[in-house]
Amino acid sequence: MRLGLVIDLDVCVGCHACAIACKEWNASGTIGPLSDYQPYGAEPSGVWFNRIRHYEMDEYPNNKTVNFPMSCMHCEDADCVTVCPTGASYKRPEDGIVLIDQDKCMGCNYCSWACPYGARELDRSSGTMKKCTLCVDRIYDQDLPVEERQPSCVLTCPAHARMFGDFDDPDSAVSRTVRERSGFGLMPELNYNPTNRYLPPRSKPVIPVEPKSKGGLKESIKQFANKLVRR
Amino acid sequence: MHPAFSVIFFTVASGAGFGLFSLLFIADVFKLGGGFSREQLIIGGLMAMGLVVFGLLSSTFHLANPKNAWRAFTRFRTSWLSREGVFAMVFMPLALIYLASIWFDAPLWLRETFGFLTAVLAWITVFSTGMIYACLKTIRQWNTPLVPANYLALGYASGSLLLLLGAVVAELDTTPYIAMSALIISIAAVLKAIYYFWIRSPGLTPTINTATGLTRAKVKLLDTGHTHGTFLTQEFGFQVARQRASLLKIVVFVLGFALPGVMMVWVFDQQGQQMAAIVAVMAGLAGAAVERWLFFAEARHVVNLYHGAQRC
Repeated sequence: MRLGLVIDLDVCVGCHACAIACKEWNASGTIGPLSDYQPYGAEPSGVWFNRIRHYEMDEYPNNKTVNFPMSCMHCEDADCVTVCPTGASYKRPEDGIVLIDQDKCMGCNYCSWACPYGARELDRSSGTMKKCTLCVDRIYDQDLPVEERQPSCVLTCPAHARMFGDFDDPDSAVSRTVRERSGFGLMPELNYNPTNRYLPPRSKPVIPVEPKSKGGLKESIKQFANKLVRR
Repeated sequence: MHPAFSVIFFTVASGAGFGLFSLLFIADVFKLGGGFSREQLIIGGLMAMGLVVFGLLSSTFHLANPKNAWRAFTRFRTSWLSREGVFAMVFMPLALIYLASIWFDAPLWLRETFGFLTAVLAWITVFSTGMIYACLKTIRQWNTPLVPANYLALGYASGSLLLLLGAVVAELDTTPYIAMSALIISIAAVLKAIYYFWIRSPGLTPTINTATGLTRAKVKLLDTGHTHGTFLTQEFGFQVARQRASLLKIVVFVLGFALPGVMMVWVFDQQGQQMAAIVAVMAGLAGAAVERWLFFAEARHVVNLYHGAQRC
């Protein structure tokens, strides 16, 4: 199994609900808390597993805003795991989820240097590195109804811009969608082989808007004459 | 990259320590300038080991959770950081056996075998320190073989200056020590110059387009999505102005390479020997520290592409 997310950049409205749902679930999850520093102060900051950036593509008048949620890509060739000196960082062979053993981490930051996607953040209160767990404490929970055994961010997305599934299965919903919509991974040139895929914004059909003619007596006579003459 | 002072101090001090120990072995084998006495070799060796231990201890100050530091020896097979720790730990007993065989007048083959092994371990350890940075594909300025080369050259350069000071204090013939130091410092300067030249060109790197996958048009960041800084901006957001970097590069060359060179001429001319050697050591170490600071400050992590950079 190779579990991961598909994020539809065409649909994402940039509401940050996935980030909030992620924080809510994981703050009390297996590797919580996700500490906040000065949450109500002048310089609010803290640990998040999921961050949404907003980009502008192309230039006016062809520009388009693209909302860009990012969390751990659960890479196939995850350098964050190989560089870890303590063995705290590991990739599960059974489902490909990259996790950090909080009891082994010494907080050297080295794995965050190796990650190109900024998926890892140090929690100052525990002194350990933290990252997206793909809600590992949720997706296998037998006490939850089957349809709720999905990462928090996927469940909460009001626009259904996020999908969760197994990329090793060519007939899974995620694999099919990625095939049909030409999903891509980020920074392929670094060869980390990220699992998560992004669906590109669709090219919208251009609706032609012709300027309405000015009118005037001469113009309307011309149009009237044009209608009379059979060509 | 944010330059952490504990890491700068660690790499400079342990580099000098490993360099000093290996060169001390060479000085002992060939009895350079008449050769150090038994006591002098022991003192020099212990000083080198002190620098290494001091450096290793200071490196733990940048850990957020140092109680797990002992676990850093466990991932020897994949992690250069782990390898560095393991090699440094293997170095210690070998170095002690070498010093003990000097102290107890052990047979020459034993003394030189262990001296050689220690020198090789020192080389491997400094190489591993360089590879910690060089193996990161996320930072173009580090992901080059010149990085371990620079770490080794600068480590041996500072070590050779310390050894020269030792030779001056021990009142040996300084000529071979000056020749060795001059050669190593020239190599270090040339390698550093190549490195600075190399990182000036942008090269083939990820851009904001490949980072977002939106490769068919210009892309620019509208909003980072966070109110104040994050761990990522604190760790990777540090930037040094180009003009300041150029100035510091001049400082590196003047302080780290030129001044020790001038001081060596002074030592060679037999005027104010000890003071000149001390100045050479101080300048060399200060130059190496500035070089190390700049090494971090000039590194641009690709995560900056998600914070507004167009390319890294």
